[in-house]
Amino acid sequence: MGYERQSDFGTPEVHAETSVSLTIDGREVTVPAGTSVMRAAAECGGSIPKLCASDNIAAFGSCRLCLIEVEGMRGTPASCTTPAAQGMVVHTQTPLLQKLRKGVMELYISDHPLDCLTCSANNDCELQDQAAAVGLRDVRYGYAGDNHLGLATDSSNPYFDFDPSKCIACSRCVRACDEVQGTFALTIDGRGFATKVSAGQAGDDFLSSECVSCGACVQACPTATLQEKSVKEIGKPERSVITTCAYCGVGCTFRAEMRGEQLVRMVPWKDGKANHGHSCVKGRFAWGYANHQDRITSPMIREQIDQPWREVSWDAALQFTADRLGAIKARYGARALGGITSSRCTNEETFLVQKLVRAGFGSNNVDTCARVCHSPTGYGLKTTFGTSAGTQDFDSVAHSDVILVIGANPTDAHPVFASQMKRRLRTGAKLIVIDPRRIDLVRMPHIAAAHHLPLQPGTNVAVLTAMAHVIVTEGLADEAFIRERCDWDEYQDWARFVSDERHSPEVLEAVTRVAASELRAAARLFATGGPGWASAQRSKPNGAIYYGLGVTEHSQGSSTVMAIANLAMATGNVGRPGVGVNPLRGQNNVQGACDMGSFPHELSGYRHVSDDTARGLFEADWGMALDPEPGLRIPNMLDAALDGSFRALYIQGEDILQSDPNTHHVAAGLKAMDCVIVHDLFLNETADYAHVFLPGSTFLEKTGTFTNAERRIQMVRKVMEPANGFEDWEVTQALANAMGLEWTYTHASEIMDEVARLTPSFAGVSHARLDQAGSLQWPVNAAHPDGSPIMHVGGFARGPDGKGKGKFVVTDYVPTDEKTGPRFPLLLTTGRILSQYNVGAQTRRTENTVWHPEDLLEMHPADAENRGLKSGDWTRLASRTGETTLRLMVTDRVAPGVVYTTFHHPATQANVVTTEYSDWATNCPEYKVTAVQVMASNGPTDWQEDYTAWSAKSRRIVAAAEPAE
Amino acid sequence: MDVARLTYMANQIARNLAAGGEDAAIAATAQHIVKYWEPRMKAAILAGDRSALEPIARAAVERLERVAGIEPA
Ligand code: SF4
Ligand code: SF4
Ligand code: SF4
Ligand code: FES
Repeated sequence: MGYERQSDFGTPEVHAETSVSLTIDGREVTVPAGTSVMRAAAECGGSIPKLCASDNIAAFGSCRLCLIEVEGMRGTPASCTTPAAQGMVVHTQTPLLQKLRKGVMELYISDHPLDCLTCSANNDCELQDQAAAVGLRDVRYGYAGDNHLGLATDSSNPYFDFDPSKCIACSRCVRACDEVQGTFALTIDGRGFATKVSAGQAGDDFLSSECVSCGACVQACPTATLQEKSVKEIGKPERSVITTCAYCGVGCTFRAEMRGEQLVRMVPWKDGKANHGHSCVKGRFAWGYANHQDRITSPMIREQIDQPWREVSWDAALQFTADRLGAIKARYGARALGGITSSRCTNEETFLVQKLVRAGFGSNNVDTCARVCHSPTGYGLKTTFGTSAGTQDFDSVAHSDVILVIGANPTDAHPVFASQMKRRLRTGAKLIVIDPRRIDLVRMPHIAAAHHLPLQPGTNVAVLTAMAHVIVTEGLADEAFIRERCDWDEYQDWARFVSDERHSPEVLEAVTRVAASELRAAARLFATGGPGWASAQRSKPNGAIYYGLGVTEHSQGSSTVMAIANLAMATGNVGRPGVGVNPLRGQNNVQGACDMGSFPHELSGYRHVSDDTARGLFEADWGMALDPEPGLRIPNMLDAALDGSFRALYIQGEDILQSDPNTHHVAAGLKAMDCVIVHDLFLNETADYAHVFLPGSTFLEKTGTFTNAERRIQMVRKVMEPANGFEDWEVTQALANAMGLEWTYTHASEIMDEVARLTPSFAGVSHARLDQAGSLQWPVNAAHPDGSPIMHVGGFARGPDGKGKGKFVVTDYVPTDEKTGPRFPLLLTTGRILSQYNVGAQTRRTENTVWHPEDLLEMHPADAENRGLKSGDWTRLASRTGETTLRLMVTDRVAPGVVYTTFHHPATQANVVTTEYSDWATNCPEYKVTAVQVMASNGPTDWQEDYTAWSAKSRRIVAAAEPAE
Repeated sequence: MDVARLTYMANQIARNLAAGGEDAAIAATAQHIVKYWEPRMKAAILAGDRSALEPIARAAVERLERVAGIEPA
């Protein structure tokens, strides 16, 4: 496809039951009632000139370029603000209109520089297009006079420039920031000639303002005023390819706009069903890591980890690896080998790694980074609802009346979904936030949470049980729903349990530190929509629950997930739009990695390895017997390594040393192994302990699929050749073949065909189907040929027919064993921020560091004062496990007694401090609760310094003796 | 495998399942171990010192002993 902007219909799509028919320039067209004439004209192939309208923001009617004539109507109304009506006869191109439009255009151009030939938007500028469309040939006012041509450019944002001399004051940027992103960072002031756009307060530039660099304004701007620096540098793109963001679980789709093999810019795809043409700073701008100088592109090996790396050919590296793995297997047995799949890689790649472990290594020792984030979601939702996934699509939030956010920080971690949620909150939905920290959502422009319950970290189950207590004892449970859809006996057991006085908010206040009256009010709001709730559309309010790692990363993570499921069932909030239980997944393909059989006890599609029928399918397809016993999880692998029974680990695209708890323990486990294979883009922290480094490829260099948090499977498409020579699945296949497996995949689509063949919920998925449908939400099978946006409609995915009853599970609050005391009086909890991503391997290698150059420790003013500390001070953060240093930020976002930090930078080593306590059911680590002490310090700890030295030493590379192929 | 750690894990599972009543909790704990623990973990807890196991966890481990297919290390 040559380069073309995505078409713009001028005003947003309208969803209405009724439709109207009208005639535009002699063409008959039928559109949903409420559609603008402008959009109706675009839908029947017309194009009315416009400047201030765009189809992702509400019509504004300010530029007066889109005038039309309507038979029987006086004057020349603006088509963007005129709704189509039944029988209307519209003319869009008449001599009168042409004259009026020319006049408007003349005014714009008289205050616009005429350096089109050298402008970075040349040939990709709506002002230019419209001047052509109205046939402007001359400007009567002359170009002298008063103008804005001398204004200085604001280049403070690392990714885009703001050149006000080219601004036509259409306010599209301001409205995009308000309506699409919901940040309200831009203002348009003044009237007439003095009108001008500015970021933040007087004196602010883009970087110092509230701007979160989402780029919505850049995309909205019809001129070169707001434009990507990369376009300035490289020039106009020549083609575009649709692909999927490789950062977070929202799964935004983009047009990767290319010049040859060079990426010019990423533009969110309007037809993307997860993001509807929006994105955040990471996906749109932070792709520079793909060609960063730190990237390793040739394979490397070493006998021992204290030696420098040796660059070798692919053949040599694969042979070395296969020999080592073979020797270990011969001597210690198959169960001494294992692998870790990555939530950053594609479904196809993940499926292949688990196949290599099960079929090639011969053990079930395969796990994935989801272990440390959402494994409790898998366990909890599988137990209660019958399947390990969120129940809704993102669009569902538009139908919610009460939104409960617990242990999630969507504006930072899932920004594009957060924009959608904020849009619904601005139009009237009520918000309840349960979080130890006052996340941004609690109070932001035009949004205020009805209740924020700042609970003590580690007491999620107690808070949810207390809410259930209120709902059941005050008679607010939806018994009709429960009788019809759930197991009534189990409900009664559960109701009896939660009704016990010891689960009342008043009694539990002592542990949760949440005021009982607030908690009661929040519970009532969730169940009833609040006093006087009424709606024309529905008889009872839709309550939706969104949660994140603040739920799962606890010693009671699985219990909390089940408590959430209980609450949704008790209030009848499952199985239709606007309700449901929604885990906000961290990484781009956490959902997919879990679906693909990355857990040691499960084959793809969540079938236990001991299930003879399911395992039999794989055995028949792969032509070999598989181990029916569950394998080791990541923490168990490390334990087993320490006693010598686990010796080899293939790690694809994960940095367990930085991301897993208790760094010392992870390091000791890795050190004890004989063969650690790291397959990644960069020499990450884990690679310090590796014997083999296999270079990986970026999402821009491969074909495959990702599955986002709404179970939506979307294509990732290769836009450039892999710098390392191979897509990641090809490397896994080469390793398998070096071990004698004789795999013969020639394209990633063949791997997906195998997944579909072996996994009932993926039966209808193939790359060809995805190309045609754009995306599909599993299950995709005979019962749901076009996928399933909403799950558990009419029955829960339990039992043989998948139409079973929901299961209430009694979840008792069991306090964590990580307790504060005189030596460690504070509770540390962790999180992340918008501009950085997890361990930061990618984002730290982009300009995003301007927003987050280091991890900071947040502390309440009272605690800081007690310790004589102030913002900016170096502090020592110590737990029973270890200690580190980082700088302090004093803020009342956190409650007294609680401190908070992110874990994006390796130098901070926040996980030196975290403990090995973990979820009882899944061993998901308890990152969110660590008892700590904080005191003044004057610099990095010994561990940090030793670590830096060790790290430098273990990353030495000697060049290849003979040239690598 | 470190039996102290496995013991801790078994106790934690039992405590979280205890609210269902003793019999159910014993069965559920045993089943959880069967479904999610790797053979060498099962073998190690069967062969190890059980004095630190709390009653439900201990009863679950005893029940495991009677299940076919799990041999002590
Ligand atoms: S980049 Fe996003 S947040 Fe910043 S001003 Fe533009 S629309 Fe607003
Ligand atoms: S910066 Fe661009 S979008 Fe904003 S008012 Fe000016 S021309 Fe319009
Ligand atoms: S990081 Fe997430 S929200 Fe941002 S563009 Fe990528 S998928 Fe979208
Ligand atoms: S596009 Fe309708 S008034 Fe500007």
